[in-house]
Amino acid sequence: MNFPENLRYTKDHEWIRLEGNIATIGITDFAQRELGDIVYVDVNTLGKSLQAEEVFGTVEAVKTVSDLYLPVAGTIKTLNPQLEGQPELVNNDPYGEGWMIQMEVNNPADVDALMSSEAYAALVG
Amino acid sequence: MKNTPFTAHHQALGAKMAEFAGYNMPISYTGINDEHAAVRNRAGVFDVSHMGEFILKGPNALALIQKVTSNDASKLTKGKAQYSCLTNEEGGIVDDLIVYCVEENNVYMLVVNASNIEKDWNWISNRNTDQVEMHNISDKTCLLAIQGPQACKLLQPLTQIDILNLKYYTFEKGEFAGVKNVLVSATGYTGSGGIEIYFEDVDGAADKIWKAIADLSIPPIGLGARDTLRLEMGYCLYGNDIDDTTSPLEAGLGWITKFTKEFTARPILEAQKAAGITRKLVGFEMVERGIPRHDYPILDASGNTIGKVTSGTQAPSLNKAVGLGYVALSHANLDAEIFIEIRNKPVLAKVVKFPFQ
Repeated sequence: MNFPENLRYTKDHEWIRLEGNIATIGITDFAQRELGDIVYVDVNTLGKSLQAEEVFGTVEAVKTVSDLYLPVAGTIKTLNPQLEGQPELVNNDPYGEGWMIQMEVNNPADVDALMSSEAYAALVG
Repeated sequence: MKNTPFTAHHQALGAKMAEFAGYNMPISYTGINDEHAAVRNRAGVFDVSHMGEFILKGPNALALIQKVTSNDASKLTKGKAQYSCLTNEEGGIVDDLIVYCVEENNVYMLVVNASNIEKDWNWISNRNTDQVEMHNISDKTCLLAIQGPQACKLLQPLTQIDILNLKYYTFEKGEFAGVKNVLVSATGYTGSGGIEIYFEDVDGAADKIWKAIADLSIPPIGLGARDTLRLEMGYCLYGNDIDDTTSPLEAGLGWITKFTKEFTARPILEAQKAAGITRKLVGFEMVERGIPRHDYPILDASGNTIGKVTSGTQAPSLNKAVGLGYVALSHANLDAEIFIEIRNKPVLAKVVKFPFQ
């Protein structure tokens, strides 16, 4: 499995990439494999400010459903528009075209405090 | 956790494995949608060796089967099988099963759910008052289901048995892929046709048959797609859609409940039929977006709970979300509007007929 080194990870199997104070968030390769074929991603928190570890949406796969947890506190800004028509992008390219949301983070230092790819690989290994 | 004779093959293929009914079973190999499509379009092979098999033998075997099951096994002649259920004293379902007539009035095989092997064995044993010889051959019996519209045509070169013309719910014993004494049955749980084969793993039989099937480029299919395939057909899954508290009449299994003979709780079920059932297992499809899951509440338009979901999924062949659930009779008619409560929100669905389309 692939866990890029330039990303940070959570125990809830999300990844986060920070550029300035805008972060892009998705689920890990491990998470998409566990969920299987994804049917849609439901995010109804657009524009909302949430705390770290609050649920920002759900991901529905053929056989199961899972909540999505915000890695750090901030405001949900964008939902990946491609997922509406091609939810399989999450399975096929979880760190690229299968990203889920972009958010404005309250405190960029919160991101650094999350797991490195090495630590995450050890968690799911 | 028990393994089947095919477990090493599943692991070598990189299958996602999980414990099911005490067995280490493959859930998926390449992905549920992929595997589901393979069975609907061509063929796939399922290892379902975790299922249970009992042999009942002797002059009183049929009488015992008649006493514990709801369907009429006296109709069976050699080479025929029937779907049936074991009813409990309250008119609920101990298990659903298939009864195979191996030798009329003498030898029968019961095929039961893996999760119920011990429960069923005890249930039947406790009612065996006339010394019927009973054997639990579950552990030594392999079961592969090869399902799909092309399955029989692809497999025909492996056997002298005329599987292309084997009628639904009939079976024959013979040689298959060089293995003797294989029971080949025109049954399945997918609605796509095909066969199921039962055999004992002696002299490398399991490896031999697995390889012969793989050589025909028939891909292995996991329990995940087995569930989506059966659900699209509206077939019941024990533990989800039927259990000790649901009656066969409520579950739409009136067609295997025969009041022409005696069986456990027959008077209760007959009275239930006469009085009319109050809830019914229905199929529904989502009108608004959402995927129904086991145990989600079913509501009416005013928000009153009228039942609950027993099975649900995104249906891979239909590209929509479907489910099964018990609803009050007032909402069991075709096209009835019901609401599935998904994460505290009512989501519109409507009652449809089986199989889902």
